[in-house]
Order: sequence, then C-alpha cells, then structure tokens
Amino acid sequence: MANLASEFIGIKSPNPFWLASAPPTDKEYNVRRAYEAGWGGVVWKTLGMDGPPVVNVSGPRYGVIHGPDRTLLGLNNIELITDRPLEVNLREIKTVKRDYPDRALVVSLMVPCDEESWKFILKQVEDTGADGVELNFGCPHGMAERGMGSAVGQVPEYIEMVTRWVKQHSRMPCIVKLTPNITDIRKPAEAALRGGADAVSLINTINSITSVDLDIFAPEPTIDGMGTHGGYCGPAVKPIALNMVAEIARNPETRNLPISGIGGVTTWRDAAEFMALGASNVQVCTAVMTYGFRIVEEMIAGLSAFMDQKGFTSTSELVGLAVPKVTDWQYLNLNYTTKAVIEQADCIKCGRCHVVCEDTSHQAIAMAEDRTVTVKEEECVACNLCVDVCPTACITMKEIAVGEMDARTGRPVGTHLNWTEHPNNPTGSGAACAKAPAE
Amino acid sequence: MTTRQFEPGIVPGRLPAEDYCHAFADTAPPLTDHAARVAADRCYFCYDAPCTTACPSDIDVPLFIRQIATGQPEAAAVTILSQNIFGGMCARVCPTETLCEGACVREVAEGKPVEIGLLQRHATDKLQAAGVHPFTRAERTEFSVAVVGAGPAGLACAHRLAMKGHEVTVYDARLKPGGLNEYGIAAYKAPGGFAHKEVAWLLQIGGITVLENWQLGRNGTLEDLLEEHDAVFLGMGLSGVNALSIPGAEYATPATDYIAALRQAEDLSTLPVGRRVVVIGGGMTAVDAAVQAKLLGAETSTIVYRRSQPEMPASLHEQDHAQTHGVQIVPNATPVAIYKEEGGLVVEFARTATRDGKMTVLEDTIRIEADQVFTAIGQTLGATPEGLTITGGKIAIDARGRTGLAKVWAGGDCATGGEDLTVTASAEGRDAAEDIHAFLMGA
Repeated sequence: MANLASEFIGIKSPNPFWLASAPPTDKEYNVRRAYEAGWGGVVWKTLGMDGPPVVNVSGPRYGVIHGPDRTLLGLNNIELITDRPLEVNLREIKTVKRDYPDRALVVSLMVPCDEESWKFILKQVEDTGADGVELNFGCPHGMAERGMGSAVGQVPEYIEMVTRWVKQHSRMPCIVKLTPNITDIRKPAEAALRGGADAVSLINTINSITSVDLDIFAPEPTIDGMGTHGGYCGPAVKPIALNMVAEIARNPETRNLPISGIGGVTTWRDAAEFMALGASNVQVCTAVMTYGFRIVEEMIAGLSAFMDQKGFTSTSELVGLAVPKVTDWQYLNLNYTTKAVIEQADCIKCGRCHVVCEDTSHQAIAMAEDRTVTVKEEECVACNLCVDVCPTACITMKEIAVGEMDARTGRPVGTHLNWTEHPNNPTGSGAACAKAPAE
Repeated sequence: MTTRQFEPGIVPGRLPAEDYCHAFADTAPPLTDHAARVAADRCYFCYDAPCTTACPSDIDVPLFIRQIATGQPEAAAVTILSQNIFGGMCARVCPTETLCEGACVREVAEGKPVEIGLLQRHATDKLQAAGVHPFTRAERTEFSVAVVGAGPAGLACAHRLAMKGHEVTVYDARLKPGGLNEYGIAAYKAPGGFAHKEVAWLLQIGGITVLENWQLGRNGTLEDLLEEHDAVFLGMGLSGVNALSIPGAEYATPATDYIAALRQAEDLSTLPVGRRVVVIGGGMTAVDAAVQAKLLGAETSTIVYRRSQPEMPASLHEQDHAQTHGVQIVPNATPVAIYKEEGGLVVEFARTATRDGKMTVLEDTIRIEADQVFTAIGQTLGATPEGLTITGGKIAIDARGRTGLAKVWAGGDCATGGEDLTVTASAEGRDAAEDIHAFLMGA
C-alpha cells in the first residue's frame, strides 16, 4: 500500500482527504467521528464574530438534484456559517486538536472587512493550536448580503487586503477559499497570492436554484412560501471545479500557488483527477453528507492501489501531472482524427447511439433491420456522443494514424496542425497558404 | 381445527377456511410507488424500442415508463390504454417474459429486464383507483354496430367504436361480460374481482349496451344482427374443447370448465377438488388448472404432456410457476386409457419420444392414480354462422379484421392471426373497430 501521507503548506496529515468547511465539521462530535473514520484533515465550519450567534432558517436548508434511483447528483444549501457561540467552537477545536495531533485541523473564518475584526479572531484561533486558517470568501448566500463571503471573493482588491491583514496578524498558514461566482478565477487567485496567501482552496458553492415547487410556484428549498438562491455543490459541480483548478495551476502568475481541490469529490478517482490537475489535496463535503464518513475508506484504499499501480510513492508525484496537457483550444491538433468503433459482442441493441447521431448529430450510425448498429466512417466526425450515451460502454474511439485515409474527408490524415497554423484562420501563421504547410 | 386435506376422492374444504384467501392472493404483488420509480429509472428509452415491437398491441413502453419516472403514472396509463384498453388485465396476464420483457435490452445486458408488466400495472391501477375514465366519445354518428362476445376482443372493439361515436350492442352468451378474463384466467392472476371492475370501468365510455345470456345461433342469427346493425364484429372466442378419444375419456373433464367454476365460486372452500389431480396438456390452461388444484389443497397435482418439456406451449416462467407450487410435470407421456378402479381413477400413458419435432409412441407405459382428471388439450371454435371461411379451425380474417362476408369483421381467439392472448385479442378488436369506422364513415 502506497503511503498517502500528505503535507500541504506545512500542515501534515496522514492522507490528502480533508473534510471541507461545512455542516459535517460544525462541532466536536462530528469531527471526532470523522477522524475516527480515517479522514486526514478537517476544515472546521466557518467561525464568525464574537457576540450573538448567527441565526439559521428553521425550515429546509438543502435542495437537491437527483439522477436515476434518486442518486444525489447535486445539492444546494442556504445554511449560514456556524450558529454556535464562538467560545464553544474554540474550546472544542482546542480539545479535538489536542486529542488528534496527527490530523490536520484548519479553521475557516468569516468576519467583516475591517482589520480589527480579523485581528481579534486570529488571536482566538491561534490559541487553540489549530494548524491554519481558511478565509471563507466564497459562501454566496446570506452572509454575502452582509458584505462577507462571496461579496469579498468577487472583489480581488478585498481579497488581497484581507489576506494581507491575516498574514500580518498571524503566523498561521493561510488558505484563501475562492468563490466560483466570478468570470475569471485567475483574478481572485492572483489577488490572494499578492496578499500573501499560502494557498487557495476551490471551489466554494455556485449560486443556484435547484428546483421549483410547481404547486405553490416557489423555489426550493422553500421557507414559508419563499425561496432564495443557495450554494450548489456535489458531483454535478465537479467539471466546473476541475476547470477552475486547472486554470489556476496553469496560470504563469499562480502556477506555484498550492491548491486544495474542492467540488464534488466523491471517490478516489475524483481526488486523483483534482490532484492531477494541480490540487495538492482535496476537500470533501457532499459525498459524506450523502453516504456518511465511511466513504473515506474507499478513497484511501483506492488512491493507494492506484499509486501502487502507477509506481508513485508519494501523492506529490501525482500532483499536477495533467497540468501540462491543459491548453487552449487553438493549440489542439486539428488533424488528429478518430472514428467510433462499436464492439458488437457487447452491444445490447438499444439504438441510442443511432438515434442521437441521427437526430442531433451527423447521421453517422446506421441501424439495420435486426437492430445492428454500424458506424458510417464517411460521416463520423468523432464527436463522441455515441460513446457518451451508450449504456454498456461498447463504443470507443479509434485513432486514424497520420497518412491513413479519413473516409469522411477522402484525404489522408495530415500531420499536426493547430488553429494558429491553419489556413482558414485569417489571423494565423498559415493564413497566406492555400493549404496546410508541409512538414 | 379440522380439515379434509387428506380425504380420498373429490371433496371441498381441504384447507382451513382462512387459508384460501392467502393461497389465491396476488401472484405478483403490485409495485410500491418507490419500487415503481426505481424500476422506471432502469429504462434506457431505446430507439424503436424492442419492447414495443414485441407488444401485440404496440404499447409505447418507453414513453409510458418515462411518464412514471417523471411522476405522472396516470398519464402513463393513458399512453397504455390508448393502445390497449385492457392494459390493466394484460399487465397481469401477459406472458411478458416472451413479449416485451423478453425483448428488453436489459434482458440482453444483465438477464434482468425492466419490469414492464409490473410498471404497466402500477400505471393502470393508479388511473382506475382514481376512478378516471380518460376517454370521451366523439360526436354521435347514425351507425350502430353489433359485437358478438364480451371478451377482450369484443369489448376492445366496442370501446373503440363507442369512442368514434357509434352505438354498440355487445351480445354475450355468458351471464357476465369479460370472456376469458372473467371465466378463464387463473384466479391468483387478477384477484379482487379485477376483471369485473375493469369491464365496468371500460363501459364508462358510454354508448355500449351489453346483452347477456345471448348466444349467436340460439338467440339470433348473423342475418338478424346485420339487419339490425350497420356492421357486425365476431369475437366469441373458442367455446368448444378438444376431447380425448381414448377408453374412459368420460372420466375426464375439461380444465376450462373447472377454472370457470373456480372463478365464479363465491366461496372457494365449497369447491370440490381431488386429492390426486392429473391434468393432461401442456399449455397455459393446463398450468392454471394444475396450480389452482394444488392451491385448493390437492395433495398431488400432475401435468402430463405428450411431448418433451421444452416443447410445452406453457412458457418457462409458467412451468417454473407450476413447479414451485408443487406441481409435478411429466413430459413424454400420451394418454392411452382411463380406468375406474377401486379407490379412484388410473390413467394409463404410453411413453413417447420426440426427435426432430416428430413424436413416436413407445411400448413403455406408466400408470398414474388420480381422483380427478382434467383435459387441457386445446379449445375449438363452436358453431359458426354459414358463409364464413374457416381456416385451421378459425374464422379467416384479413389484416383489417374483415371476414369473407360483407359488413362482418372478426377478431380474438375465434379468428385467425396472432396468438390466443388477451393482448392479441384486444389489439385485434381495436384494429377491427378502426376499419369498421373507416368503412361506416366512408359509406
């Protein structure tokens, strides 16, 4: 079994699987259960100002998107930061950290944008012996209306300012948690870096309305007949999170900024994907809110087995392996050609590949009287839709080698040619040429 | 508690009175709402779906399952019933394993098809429980049509004609409408008086008059009907049965009669059943008779079939059903004689062998003791009006349901085409109605 021991901005944990700041990490009872179950670290649910505690709604806090058989695909919430008194949280954090010295314990924070508030809370957290702080610049509901959470995260200048205060008034490692509710994730990440952040974590939840009650015509979750947008998370947001992680990892300005990956991580495979795109560790919430803490056992065993199989001895060897493969569209090889291939022995003749290609794509899959489906290579543009909708995964894409005939174009497959070099690109290097330059 | 379970001969009340209800309970209980959603989620919404192709009544299976999945089982029911007004009964009695479910791509993929039959029942039950009849009649026409036989073919035809605005009179020989749904199928397949309720629900369309105890030939002729109506649909089923022609044949009784008596019995504990029952035959009727005899408390119930077991007309599912209910299946034995001896009957069978589809009778014999012997060796067309073409023992019809006689259509078990199934009869009745309507309106 590969050793999963992980070090993230100086914080050690036995594995790279942390629980994100969220309902599962709101109190000692849950956090102890999480550590006992095997979680490597915990980001304690966001603490706010001292004084009267935050008040949550007393009706439904979560909305949901289901897949077949009520598989939970996406969850949204309108819960605020912790609604327990500050001193209770601080006391519990101290006790738990004392009892689990080998586990990471980071404390999430959200206080108003004034230096004194941050200075005060940082001192309190430092006294608990916690390993670090995570600045919650992400929550998109409730707190944002009060000038905190994503209201800060959407203004790079604020991010930089607060991060600088935090680094100034604390010796603790500082992670800045980013909101995805922006147009270019690189800007807040760069601001965090300028402010002195040791790392960023992303993504926080996405503005969302999960559904509408069609009897009372109100958004869900519905509170006394009304609804508001919540923060969306779970497997459905993973593709968005992966892209944002990759954007930061390949951005020259932020490429060395450590990343904690968050967004729909449910299995070891999800974790490995985040890490391959540049995350040093991952944080999990929705998956444990769906299945309970025990899923970490599968994640630990799965990542270990994967690392053994690949010959990795440390998780750091995996981090960022896919980053060099992320590029802009214009650099993709436009001459690269594949064709769909159907493994007839595994085909159950449902006809889905045929109908989606026929109705919505390129009319490249024929269906015979006996329901046998065959690829018309002369029509196939290799869009992959058939692969995506096949229930038995019996369709794959076969590469046509350079020089071999492409039945669709009637020409041999050419050598590497991207858009910047393409003759059809009016601003490209190949614009003057009648055809692709010979190599 | 005293029972007569092991009493020799043919006696009623072999079970404790309270056990009958349990023995004849729903053989395939309905899906709960949750189970229906789970089952519906398994449908792949295939293109040109094989289940629909396999359905004799062309129900749009993927569509109705998608309607269940999206929380509208009543809409799913309308999808089903638009094609097959007996969708509720078909959900219970169709041999789905050889039709829609047999064709399901998940049967190919996993050996576990989508539970189409149970889903269809879920949808149609919801609609009937809501007391909704979703079809309305078109503007009244001047035409009236006679339908002979209130079974699935006749009533499906009548319903479709009523929907088109015609007036329909259904003539049926029995005391209750429903045909084999009411008198023929096994009690545990549609308990709770379902057949009766379904007919009552169907008739809510209006415009259909049912005349019971009226038999063609006995109470009137085809000419009478043609005189009184603008068209006639014949859907009187098969009223005769094949009989054994062996010594002692008189000791055997038709299984269909016994099943009809069972279906109509107010109290099953009053229905006599043999301690040892032998059913001669190999189809669905044989299975229904043998299983029900066992459920009534017969100590042994044996199906004896003249060919090999794989050749039995009863599907594998039905054979399993019989065997798991304690029915013994004896293949390759053809009856030679029935003897009345002291203590009951003895049926003598000659052993057979089948090779390349050809059966040869061997010298070996076996003797099976019995108290009650049923025959289930096929049903036959009863007396039919003159002028009809009979092909293979059935009224010859074309693809539109037309017989050789002008203004006379036929469908269901009495006519050629398709298997003798409720679903086929219902589809044929529907299609004939469409053609009758086209004929009347074009006339």
